[in-house]
Amino acid sequence: MSETHRKLAALAAIWVVLVCAPLWMPLVGGYTALGSRVLVLGLAAMSVNFLLGFTGVLSFGHAAWFGLGAYGCGLILKFIALSTPLGLLAGTLLGGVLGGMLGALIVRRRGVYFAMVTIAFGQVFYYIAFQWSSLTGGDDGLRPFYRQPLHLGFTTVDILQNSTAFYYFVLICFAAAVALMGFLLRSPFGRTMLAIRENERRARFLGIPVEMHIWIAFTLSCFFMAFAGSLYALVNNFADPRGLHYSQSGDFVMMAVMGGMRSFWGPLLGAVVFVVLQDYVSSITVNWQIFIGLTFVVVVLFFPRGLLGFLQARRRG
Amino acid sequence: MSLLEVNHASKNFGSLVAVRDVSLKVEPGELRAIIGPNGAGKTTFFNLISGFFPPTSGSIVFDGKDVTGLSVARRVALGMARTFQITEIFPELTVFENLRIGAEVASGYRLRPWLGKSETAAIKRRVEETLELTQLADKSSRLVGELAHGDQRATEIAMALTLKPRLLLLDEPTAGMGDKETYEITRLVRRLHRDNAFTVVLIEHDMRVVFHLADRIMVLAEGATLAEGTPGEIAANETVQAAYLGKAA
Repeated sequence: MSETHRKLAALAAIWVVLVCAPLWMPLVGGYTALGSRVLVLGLAAMSVNFLLGFTGVLSFGHAAWFGLGAYGCGLILKFIALSTPLGLLAGTLLGGVLGGMLGALIVRRRGVYFAMVTIAFGQVFYYIAFQWSSLTGGDDGLRPFYRQPLHLGFTTVDILQNSTAFYYFVLICFAAAVALMGFLLRSPFGRTMLAIRENERRARFLGIPVEMHIWIAFTLSCFFMAFAGSLYALVNNFADPRGLHYSQSGDFVMMAVMGGMRSFWGPLLGAVVFVVLQDYVSSITVNWQIFIGLTFVVVVLFFPRGLLGFLQARRRG
Repeated sequence: MSLLEVNHASKNFGSLVAVRDVSLKVEPGELRAIIGPNGAGKTTFFNLISGFFPPTSGSIVFDGKDVTGLSVARRVALGMARTFQITEIFPELTVFENLRIGAEVASGYRLRPWLGKSETAAIKRRVEETLELTQLADKSSRLVGELAHGDQRATEIAMALTLKPRLLLLDEPTAGMGDKETYEITRLVRRLHRDNAFTVVLIEHDMRVVFHLADRIMVLAEGATLAEGTPGEIAANETVQAAYLGKAA
């Protein structure tokens, strides 16, 4: 029972920290917009990890679905309708549906081959966004568009100027997404994902059609990823072809691995480390990526289960 | 009607003929052993039955239904379950969790996003029954990867049992075991066969185990059937003695 209690306490602590972020962040030299960025990139890293850590499948092109989400959301806001929810919905559908369609073509690939094909798909979307300037703005990115006030019926919330209100909007979206993720992982379907991660042959001979289950997990992960991407377009009021690039995919994998891919919350911690390092170090030197790379190497060498995995193992042992 | 019928099955890997025109009939409730020297094609033959790969020629009929072209998952759904020569388990999950996945899949819940209270309770009951049957109940919350080899083998058999199979295929259940563990597993298989009426086909190297358990024995050598009969007949068969038992004894 104490293990359960400890887990509940840790969960409560995470949510208290997140809910109170606008209060404590300025005290440690942060700012609220940084919090929104962490949540969105953390959600993206958790989406990658839904597949990597819990199904055992490494996609190295997940930025494609992230970027498509961002463009879907941005294009709606720029050309179609001034509605934040519609933008989110469109972005999530664009990335998720395309991800699911392409995923169906590659679920028979494994390991390195799977990762290579996902990179290739990602790069295709990168070049489309890069070249199709009339629609996407090409290398300059998609602009101008702005996140729109939320009409709740009884009141209207300005999330454009009021960064605290926007942070809470992002937090609610984040909470809904990770709650759904956690719910799925605890379901019978989620347990078949773990089975595939643990031992594909055994899973198959228990009667699980492995390819179908990997495809479903991949598609779900794409939808989560696209939702994160749509939110990212709102964070920046901007969508950029580099959000689709494989180096962006690599960043997400790095966050997941750094934070701990076997733990549900690990990738969020990875995103915190990544974003804070990026924000802090890039104000000192343009070579900030060296420091992120070094941190990554140190973590992988000395904490192979990631930062959160290391903390959890220490508490147990 | 036979539960399992293999009709003239052959399997070629390039120019290598791993299984050559082998036929087999297993009756419901029977315990059949397949023996033979290393490289005789026993595991390949198992792979044909369980659908790991298709035969080059021949057919496999399970309970009157031709399953030759069916996927592994479909065969499992029809009631075939197997274990492997090298233990295949979910090492980072507990014994209970290993078995629960089998029970949920077999109950048709594999795509379900949630389970109701009564469904959860039924799954739990099914897992606990299997834990009792395989005498693993006291290790229920241990990680399988941390168990002794013998218990891991037992867990694998238990996982197959959660599927409530009509045919249990065991590939060398006592591989790599000491005398005590071999004895435990032998007792388990006998209990499953005698008390719970499971139909079992098993590959085994340990002749004590085979002659103790089997109703009938099939001997494979170089991919082909060398002999087939009761343990008494096989022990008395001169060809078998010359090719196999003689060398072992």
